[in-house]
Amino acid sequence: MPSAASKFNTDATRMVADAEHRQMMQQSLTGYQKTRSTNAGRFQDWESARTRAAAIKDEAIRNLDRYLEQFEQKLIARGAKVFWANDAAEARGYILDLARAKQAKTIVKSKTMVSEEIHLNPALEKAGFQVVESDLGEFIVQLRKEPPYHIVFPAMHLTRGQISDLFHQKLGSEPTSDPEELTMTARRTLRQEYLVADIGITGANFAVAETGMISITENEGNARLTSALPKTHVVLLGIEKVVPRLADLALLLPMLATAGTGQQITCYNSLIGGPRSAEEVDGPEEMHVVLLDNSRTRLLADAEQRDALRCIRCGACLNVCPIFRNVGGHTYGTTYQGPIGSVITPHLRSLQSWQHLSQASSLCGACTETCPVKIDLHHHLLQNRRNAVTEKGSILQKLGFKAFAFVVNRPRWFAMGVRAMKCFMPLQHLLNATPADPVWPWTKSRELPAFARKSFRELWKQRTP
Amino acid sequence: MNTRDSILGRIREALRAGSVGHAAESGAELGAGSVGIRRFLPKVPDDFPGQLALFAELSANLKTEFLPCADEAAASAQLQVLAAREQWESVACPANSEMQNLLTALTIPKLEVSRSTAMTDLGKTSAGITGCDALVAQTGSVLLTAASGGGRALSVLPPHHVVIASASQLVPDLPAAFELLHRKYGPNFPSFMTFITGPSRTGDIERILVLGAHGPRKLSVIMVGQTAVS
Amino acid sequence: MRISLFIPCYVDQFYPQVGLSVVRVFERLGHEVQFDETLVCCGQPAFNAGFWPEARQVAAKVVRQLSATDVVVVPSGSCATMIKVFYRELFAGAPEEEAVNQLALRTFEFSEFLVDKLGVTDLGSRFQGSATFHDGCHGFRELGVRTQPRALLRQVKDLTLIEMEDNTTCCGFGGLFAVKFPMISTAMGETKCGLATKTGADYLISNDSSCLMHLEGLLKRSGSKMKALHLAEVLANFR
Repeated sequence: MPSAASKFNTDATRMVADAEHRQMMQQSLTGYQKTRSTNAGRFQDWESARTRAAAIKDEAIRNLDRYLEQFEQKLIARGAKVFWANDAAEARGYILDLARAKQAKTIVKSKTMVSEEIHLNPALEKAGFQVVESDLGEFIVQLRKEPPYHIVFPAMHLTRGQISDLFHQKLGSEPTSDPEELTMTARRTLRQEYLVADIGITGANFAVAETGMISITENEGNARLTSALPKTHVVLLGIEKVVPRLADLALLLPMLATAGTGQQITCYNSLIGGPRSAEEVDGPEEMHVVLLDNSRTRLLADAEQRDALRCIRCGACLNVCPIFRNVGGHTYGTTYQGPIGSVITPHLRSLQSWQHLSQASSLCGACTETCPVKIDLHHHLLQNRRNAVTEKGSILQKLGFKAFAFVVNRPRWFAMGVRAMKCFMPLQHLLNATPADPVWPWTKSRELPAFARKSFRELWKQRTP
Repeated sequence: MNTRDSILGRIREALRAGSVGHAAESGAELGAGSVGIRRFLPKVPDDFPGQLALFAELSANLKTEFLPCADEAAASAQLQVLAAREQWESVACPANSEMQNLLTALTIPKLEVSRSTAMTDLGKTSAGITGCDALVAQTGSVLLTAASGGGRALSVLPPHHVVIASASQLVPDLPAAFELLHRKYGPNFPSFMTFITGPSRTGDIERILVLGAHGPRKLSVIMVGQTAVS
Repeated sequence: MRISLFIPCYVDQFYPQVGLSVVRVFERLGHEVQFDETLVCCGQPAFNAGFWPEARQVAAKVVRQLSATDVVVVPSGSCATMIKVFYRELFAGAPEEEAVNQLALRTFEFSEFLVDKLGVTDLGSRFQGSATFHDGCHGFRELGVRTQPRALLRQVKDLTLIEMEDNTTCCGFGGLFAVKFPMISTAMGETKCGLATKTGADYLISNDSSCLMHLEGLLKRSGSKMKALHLAEVLANFR
């Protein structure tokens, strides 16, 4: 069973060689970049907006217990039920028990990355419930039996041709190259599901403490339908989604849209504060909110990295990351891809098994620059690297760097080292660009720089009288 | 210990350590609320004509059909035009609503949504007609709730959503919209509130924009009490 | 002014002409240039790999040796960042903290120093040809160096500067990343080389030789005629 790290290397090697994939990512993300720039440009002060958004989320994080209690209290007062889940198993367990209690047959879901994180669908399906993803991108990858490719654009890696083939195969629809016809096929298929589903499961983008409401950001309308039609509404969200006040959303909603999809604001931004009220004509009779920890408190306890809990899951860091663009979403092998995924996965899972994601970065900082809530992403990658070697570093590497520090601090040793390396150069030249080349990782694809006849320090010595 | 207490306990334990580095950087000058946020968001004209023009412009970009009508008679006539053009077979609307008189001229069947309305019946109508709480100039959005929107499904299930708004419902920006929600409904809010910005859409297939993914494919906003925008 | 140079290890061993060009530029402007031959490396390789105690050992020596300097100039965004930004991480709360903070205040990347501190953009340089500029990520994102190299290049007689598309994209070097994840590093570098060659420029200029080492390696392997040069090499050609 290959380790996550070696699987990453295998998959990355395959993906970077895929020219079509690279082309598609380039096109897709350049388009996003343009619309995002336009809409960030419409802000009077995007940079200050980022600072304020970060401050709002920090206020929530610093008082997380208080705001969660307020959120819960308001919901309960409105007749909703709140379940606190320590981990994925408890969250799944609660939802499974509920589905059994309701004797549910069909469960319809709108997009929620947390449900991916806790592997909810397989558990529900194993227990005999039919689960239908209603978000178009999620619906597509569900049919393909693969995980989402991107936290915001689950099917961004697929062409319309591939989607057409998929629908033809699984739904019996006519092949077509028209995205509108494909969308209508999904719409028609899913419309029925909303109407018969016993339970609707949504996520939440924000949890407003002041008024006890969840906020759902979407474009399609499937989350609205999922939370309107079935008799039971289940909301799954991480405890870090809390924001203090309703008015905070006036800033966070347009920032989420701008950073996430390049839109000024998404099509539907809905606030739900409980099951239907007595005087309301429709809506679920029951609302169950599952608050998930699943190691978020572990991240909270990391005083250096707890700003990662500010994350509003916009996906902007994925969009600008050159690593993500080249290796694609599936290569990460995690629920959350890209820079945020690389930062938090060691906390949500294990540092030793997942530190390679923090290594697989050139630390360019584009992620940190783009993050609407100013998470110090690329520096956290450095900290993960440090933590990994402190916790359990490779003895060989430790010795290597001790030798490195020893040599560079002693000019005579350094000079000896350089002379020794220069002695090896003829052998290197012989083996150049072959797998036997000691610097094969470099020379496989690049020419090696040559040692100058005289180094700068030698030339400097010569010039000074 | 129950799960609630164990999670809250872990949170309190974790927070004992103050944040360091960039995690600690956020500005302490909070509480400036709406005023602060307004400074950063896109600029909105101060005057009604400017805000109206902005709303109209954004609607065009979003493919929201914006239909200013001088008065109720004009609005009623506009609805008939829509019904004919779109070949509506039936419409749905909230029961016991002030907009009933606007709909009297429509000859097609009207489904008044009540607690006993079957969703499958609602889904078969050609259009859902609702009121709203506000129109937001800054984003071209319609703000409605279960109260003003005739429930949760009326504005999202039928394939065409028509909003009947008055000119006085136009607010400048999102902060103003949230202030309005507090004033009008707080602290007993409807269980459902939403900002609707254009017809339903998706970019999930090769990032190509397609309208009418699940929600309405068409959104028309009839603004009563306003002559056409120049 | 007495300017102390910090020369990155790869400039010392592979591109000494870059160091010499920097010296020429400052001496031309009438400044005294100093160089401490006992300083080899800023310690970044150990730091980036997570071996902070070892990085501290190297950094401590750098801080000590540079304690008596007036101003330190580094012809590399990444090494300048190490000294200005990351040394503060390494020594936060340590006895060296004050010395490190002081050193940070008087350390500059080469183009940043010329333009922001000396107030110079026209050095009287001349260089025939067309060029495109690559911003090293450290210099650009950690130090905010972006307009300065361009201000300098625009004053170079007979040089045409052509910007490449997506010019803030990382070249893919990333230090040890280049050999730990060579397939990704190469893919990123190929994308960058593609953007560079698309401009049709004769030269690829950067303020960071580590990026150039990687990009030049790719350009040469692909048989491209585009030549890589450090900013200092261009500026050191005087009219």
